Amino acid sequence: MNNSVHVNNLSLTYAAVLVIVALIISNRQKLKLESDMIVSVIRAIVQLTIVGYVLKYIFSLNNILVTAAMILIIIFNAARNAANRGKGIPKLFWPSFISILTSTSITLLGLVLSGAIKFIPSQIIPISGMIASNSMVAIGLCYKQMKTKFHDEHQRIEEKLALGAQPFQACANIVQTCVKTGMQPTIDSAKTYGIVSLPGMMSGLIFAGVDPVFAIKYQIMVVFMLLSATSLASVCSSYIAYRRFFNDEFQIIID
Amino acid sequence: MDILSLKNISFQNILANISLNVPQNSFITLSGPSGSGKSTILKICARMLTQSTGELIFEGEDAAKIPVDKYRMQVSYCFQQPVLFGDTVADNLDFPFEIRKEPVKRQHEIELLERVNLSSSYLEKPIADLSGGEKQRVALIRNLMFKPKVLLLDEVTAGLDADNKKIVHMLISSYRKSGGTVIAVTHDTDELRQAEQIIHIEEGRIIEQ
Repeated sequence: MNNSVHVNNLSLTYAAVLVIVALIISNRQKLKLESDMIVSVIRAIVQLTIVGYVLKYIFSLNNILVTAAMILIIIFNAARNAANRGKGIPKLFWPSFISILTSTSITLLGLVLSGAIKFIPSQIIPISGMIASNSMVAIGLCYKQMKTKFHDEHQRIEEKLALGAQPFQACANIVQTCVKTGMQPTIDSAKTYGIVSLPGMMSGLIFAGVDPVFAIKYQIMVVFMLLSATSLASVCSSYIAYRRFFNDEFQIIID
Repeated sequence: MDILSLKNISFQNILANISLNVPQNSFITLSGPSGSGKSTILKICARMLTQSTGELIFEGEDAAKIPVDKYRMQVSYCFQQPVLFGDTVADNLDFPFEIRKEPVKRQHEIELLERVNLSSSYLEKPIADLSGGEKQRVALIRNLMFKPKVLLLDEVTAGLDADNKKIVHMLISSYRKSGGTVIAVTHDTDELRQAEQIIHIEEGRIIEQ
């Protein structure tokens, strides 16, 4: 018997009622999130519809250059979003882009070389999206933590600089904390997989009718992949971004 | 010979055309009302701030040509209210060794601690347990660990009680005897009395030398 799910347009429309629940909560609690919610739902529908058709086309094309271009677009968008999360720190796009590019390419390389996935668009693109998105979240957390720490420890850093420390020596503990902050959610989620949540990849495969015992293998691969991706992204972004707080005279330029 | 010279230094609208020669092994104090630009002069001397115009000369050489980290190891700035870092006093005293990538000389740390009336047991003391005066003393010996050529003191005795002040004065005096140069921002009468030159600053200008 085939237990896979077939979502039709009518059932999707019924499911949209769930958004009304969220809208009612926002309204009753005076959260003023209604317009944000409506915009996000519309954006999600439009973006996913477009990407659905684009992916269908790219999968059928099965061209290495088009696949690579698609991955670069994903990384570009993730980097732009990650940079926005560090508002107040100047010139963060390139550190974010380099970090996500590094985490995505090294992790993808590992997965392809190990034979876990094949270099075909239908496997490479969704996996790249997962890696880039998790890297983006990790980098965003790193930037947020970095801003807070530099603000709170401004004088402590200046004291170290006044003693003759180089910028990294003056804020090494902050960089370390930021890397940890970026990686922590992935580690925490991994601890609760199976006992609290049935994560995305596994749930998707089970929904599609795949044997759960087979689905967990893919989920385990995702755990390995995300640990690698978020650690690489956190390390790269934190080690590049801390320099943005100093000028060439080793003075703090952002409070 | 002048160890440090400021030539027509201006900084934003805080300092205007400050020129000052600091002879080697001298003790110069900067006095004046708050907001007059005294601390800004010290921070420019430490290159914690960069002047808008003018030149900073260290040992006859344009200071800007010396790598800033190496410069600050020789021209050391002490904050009015120092913040200690790490967990213990040792974390602070080890730091000057770490940034120079040199092995920690525990005996030297203990000698300096004893010079400011703190026993060797203070090394492992959590910084949270130190009084304000003890923190200032630890901060000062942190600056003096590698004996800089110039010590810049930004009201380091303000807010200290008489005993702590006396200990700090003794430390500064022994530093001077060993050939060190001091530039201090102060309102303290004892320090002003010890000074060889008092420079009075008002509204970012030198009024009297």
